[in-house]
Amino acid sequence: MTAGRALPHDAAPLHVTGQARYIDDVPSPGTALHLAFGLSTIAHGAITGMDLSAVRAAPGVVAVLSADDLPDMPDCSPSAHDEPLLAVGAVHYLGQPVFLVIAESHLAARRAARLGKITYVERPAILTVDEALAANSRFESGPVVWARGDAASAIAAAPHVVEGRMEVGGQEHFYLEGQVALALPQEGGDMVVMSSTQHPTEVQHKVAHALHLPMSAVRVEVRRMGGGFGGKESQGNALAIACALAARATGRPARMRYDRDDDMMITGKRHDLAILYRAGFDGAGRLLGLEFTHLVRCGWSQDLSLPVADRAMLHADNCYHLPAVRIESHRLRTNTQSATAFRGFGGPQGMVGIERVIDHVAHALKRDPLEVRRANFYRAAAERPGVSPPDPQDISAKMNEGGYQTTHYHMPVEDFIGHEIVAALEASADYRARRAAVAVWNAANGVLKKGIALTPVKFGISFTLTWLNQAGALVHVYQDGSVALNHGGTEMGQGLFQKVAQVAAGVFGLEADAVKITATDTAKVPNTSATAASSGADLNGMAARVAAEAIRDRMADHLAERHQARAADVVFAGGRVRVAGADYSFAEAAAMAYQARVSLSSTGFYRTPRIVWDRIRGTGRPFFYFAYGAAVTEVVIDTLTGENRILRTDILHDTGTSLNPAIDIGQIEGAYVQGAGWLTTEELVWDGKGRLATHAPSTYKIPACSDRPEVFNVTLWGRENREDTVGKSKAVGEPPFMLGISALMALSDAVAACGDGSVYPALDAPATPERVLMAVKRVRGDV
Amino acid sequence: MADIAFLLNGAPVRIADAAPTRTLLDWLREDRGLTGTKEGCNEGDCGACTVMVTDGRGARALNACILFLPQLDGRAVRSIEGIAAPDGTLHPVQQAMIDHHGSQCGFCTPGFVVSMATAHLNGRTDHDDALAGNLCRCTGYAPIVRAARAAETAPVPPHLHDAPAFILAEVSSGGEAREGRGGQTAPLSAPRDLDAFADWYAANPDATLIAGATDVGLWVNKDFRDLGTVAFLGGLTDLQRIDHHGTGGRGDTLRIGAGVTVADLLTAMRPLHPSFAELLRRYGSDQVRNAATIGGNIANGSPIGDGPPALIAIGATLHLRQGAARREMPLEDFFLDYRRQDRRPGEFVEAVTIPAAAPALRCYKLSKRFDQDISAVCGCFNVTLDGGVVTAARIAFGGMAGTPKRAAAVEVALVGQPLTPAVAAALKPAFAEDFTPLSDMRASAAYRLEAAANMAIRYAHDMAGTPVSVLGVRA
Repeated sequence: MTAGRALPHDAAPLHVTGQARYIDDVPSPGTALHLAFGLSTIAHGAITGMDLSAVRAAPGVVAVLSADDLPDMPDCSPSAHDEPLLAVGAVHYLGQPVFLVIAESHLAARRAARLGKITYVERPAILTVDEALAANSRFESGPVVWARGDAASAIAAAPHVVEGRMEVGGQEHFYLEGQVALALPQEGGDMVVMSSTQHPTEVQHKVAHALHLPMSAVRVEVRRMGGGFGGKESQGNALAIACALAARATGRPARMRYDRDDDMMITGKRHDLAILYRAGFDGAGRLLGLEFTHLVRCGWSQDLSLPVADRAMLHADNCYHLPAVRIESHRLRTNTQSATAFRGFGGPQGMVGIERVIDHVAHALKRDPLEVRRANFYRAAAERPGVSPPDPQDISAKMNEGGYQTTHYHMPVEDFIGHEIVAALEASADYRARRAAVAVWNAANGVLKKGIALTPVKFGISFTLTWLNQAGALVHVYQDGSVALNHGGTEMGQGLFQKVAQVAAGVFGLEADAVKITATDTAKVPNTSATAASSGADLNGMAARVAAEAIRDRMADHLAERHQARAADVVFAGGRVRVAGADYSFAEAAAMAYQARVSLSSTGFYRTPRIVWDRIRGTGRPFFYFAYGAAVTEVVIDTLTGENRILRTDILHDTGTSLNPAIDIGQIEGAYVQGAGWLTTEELVWDGKGRLATHAPSTYKIPACSDRPEVFNVTLWGRENREDTVGKSKAVGEPPFMLGISALMALSDAVAACGDGSVYPALDAPATPERVLMAVKRVRGDV
Repeated sequence: MADIAFLLNGAPVRIADAAPTRTLLDWLREDRGLTGTKEGCNEGDCGACTVMVTDGRGARALNACILFLPQLDGRAVRSIEGIAAPDGTLHPVQQAMIDHHGSQCGFCTPGFVVSMATAHLNGRTDHDDALAGNLCRCTGYAPIVRAARAAETAPVPPHLHDAPAFILAEVSSGGEAREGRGGQTAPLSAPRDLDAFADWYAANPDATLIAGATDVGLWVNKDFRDLGTVAFLGGLTDLQRIDHHGTGGRGDTLRIGAGVTVADLLTAMRPLHPSFAELLRRYGSDQVRNAATIGGNIANGSPIGDGPPALIAIGATLHLRQGAARREMPLEDFFLDYRRQDRRPGEFVEAVTIPAAAPALRCYKLSKRFDQDISAVCGCFNVTLDGGVVTAARIAFGGMAGTPKRAAAVEVALVGQPLTPAVAAALKPAFAEDFTPLSDMRASAAYRLEAAANMAIRYAHDMAGTPVSVLGVRA
């Protein structure tokens, strides 16, 4: 079986030799033009004048475009049509593109872009969530509120209450390959665009719209991205549109890549937010009533903020059954970069809130947080539904006739395996003994303190915009038996192409390397969804399987007919095709089918079953299934400086029956480190004028090599998905990101060890040395 | 414009008209079509552009984005395209990266592979340090380190030993003669003789001196600064020496040439000043340390450079030279004000002299990330103890003022007292007297002041043998 094998990434030999081609590596004719944006230098204001004469006069400049030149300003937004390519009349954040330089070289374009003289009348800039809330500066008319039960009454009646406010920072994607696009003008006004995008169909759509072309006249190709993480779901639109405009205007190829500083100044990041919480609980730590308020900083345009904020609400429960809960989500408009998709898509922000609450509750009760976590877990899927009485406060009993506990959005939790995973990890990581050892160590050490925490993850799989849960594939078998595979998913490093190739190869009984992986291309598979929401393999793997099976079945029918056998008895395995005693190579079988005029090409299509979702009311089954995992992290802090390190991490993570265990483990390791980075070293700082001060790797610190846990044990749960997914696998891209929350909770544990237990650390994120030291002082009463 | 010659992936290259600030990265990608070397940040902080550069002192990893073509004269360069054998056989680290799933998106991978191949060539197994300058956003590094370990014992492919000194001498076009030849915008000097350079600089005091280019590279790439006349100092071997003076006793000194790279200084400091060496281990990254010079770090005058606070605490003497004239001063006196130093026109940093022994020296670097980060606070302590009582103190900080600065009031307050945590804790008011730090993206003013004062407490614990570094703790 090809699927399930730990094969290397299909492009690994190209990666390690430098042959893997990214868009900026694609040779273009010497006539190609290079673009750069001139950026706003204030956060908010009306443009009163633009003197671009020095830009136009700069060496190598071919043309300069601003709103004055584009009365029909193209829009870059993936949602609300509120992102003009270039500022029209006013600027809304510092770093907004105001004019476009078209030049003979990348350097000439960049140099000229600094020479614009723009005058503004400054307007007050709204930078923080509190400022935005006070000014009622928001998307949608008011907050979105979802409630189940009467949280306020439940809290009022509860024996214990904790409340607090947690600040959670944003996160720069820091894909190693910055945003980049290349447009190649074609005959008849058509356009070919190569874009580093997770969403080729959207780039096609936006370019077609900008050029007033039908989508069929625009072809978008993506071979690979040098990292995406959500940052290339919508943020590449502007470059692709700009290149297409320049290519149309000049008839020359046009390419654009952001310098790293420009990339960080222009593009959106993970949403930061403030989480306000109030929780009522009993002596065992069971949450009786819970209120959350999410103050989500969305930036200047809507982009994907509404579904991101929704997903934060959807993951406000994590693994915990919340009998009475109210969540109020404010999507606040600020004069900053427009926050966008980032691995987890709001899920991490929602989940860190409930983990903070559990940590706070455990601290208040002086209990091991793991006990409190367990006390609140959903009922195990293994316990037969219907045995326990239905939840009396569950208004959705009708859609939950199986008697499962339901989430706060009334989805029955049918597959909860948190108990089993946590129990297994608790044992394999030796959690109890290590927790005791940490206490002993702390008693013997004055300056340094250790902490340890185990946190679980339950992450919903499917796009919450239901129609996006579809995918197409195109498979060709050539007469020599070679196979070409194309599908709507994009490769950003996550190994999607390899996984889907393994699925397709498996259908034909071939080795994965017998399948030619080709670039994602809107001319081959149309109407694709973004490669996002961890859905790539689930959706495209199924579509490719459908396509491959269609061809295989035709081949089988033909051979069965020829050999007077049943099609079901034709066996495709080991590169051979066997039927009724005959034994052909796959190539021979393909040639025979070709000569018999059997179609050896097929599309495949898949749509996710069982999902239905009403996002306004917050009810339904938005997710096909949940992916689970848990992590134990041990840390050490320095109580004099707040410096901190991860010492050891143990992870047990559920990817169903893995399509490729090597790729899945790679996703988990990478996601954990990225998640821990979000909550520790990665700090975005804006100054009082709205200028992002951390706009390069010199000042924005993603984890480096030595920041990974020195002891890092990652194990796959290895049991099949109960739902009928491709190969019974589970999605892996996003869920393990949230395992990084265990690092923050371990830091909280270490800080708590510095005090007498009377003051909760209330550690905000990212837990930089400065924040850790402040928390240490807090628990010591030294504020 | 310059004539330069070097080996590229084993083959000689001559460039007759290199603009002095043309970077190797741009030249590889745009002129040579060698696109395996990637641009990730264009400022030397991500390592995606790492190349291997070999000269008479061996092979080292450098960032091609902040490496100007004239710096390569007479050297051998290997880009990712030159790591596999000419017949296509993969280098052991390349094969290990495949076998251990060390690449995901692959964009950082060429830089990692070159760093790994360079470390492998040099027999290094300190992978975290060797790779600290290579950022990966996909893998979490674990599989990359597994690959590096797996390749440790494999033999070095012969083609990587491609640059014996005589070949390099042959490809070099010789620097001296070209000075002042006069290009279109920027006459170039690449001197080999120190005296001649000193005279030239005295006569050309407005020239920009480029040693490692780890900072100047950013002036060019990010600020588009016109450097005017430039001089590349990499050929001044007289500046690259570390000389031990003395007879092995307590009064011995080391004279460190301004052109000594931070990497070479790190090696020299390990046995003598291990705490300073530990600070230098966290200075930039391997790629940066291989280029950056201690003279550049001093002359640059940055308030957040890590070299000066340590050198001041050790008790360094700075040697300046202008033509044939030389003068010297305590290093702390060189730094007058923010970005203003006591350096006359045409005068340059020639060397710094430090005591060979300073057993009580401890250097503490505080940053958001341990490796390859700029200090929020860098505190260096060096006291003399007599019967448990502090009799003299040299304490210097970076990140706390507009210059690297001695903590004068703290020193006064500490002298005459026993070095205990309680005494150190009582120094807080003296810290407030010495320093009024700024708030910026690295830390708030209040935190800087508090952490600096707490470093004194750490020092007392440290000198008493109490564990004080989270880097020393294991699970």
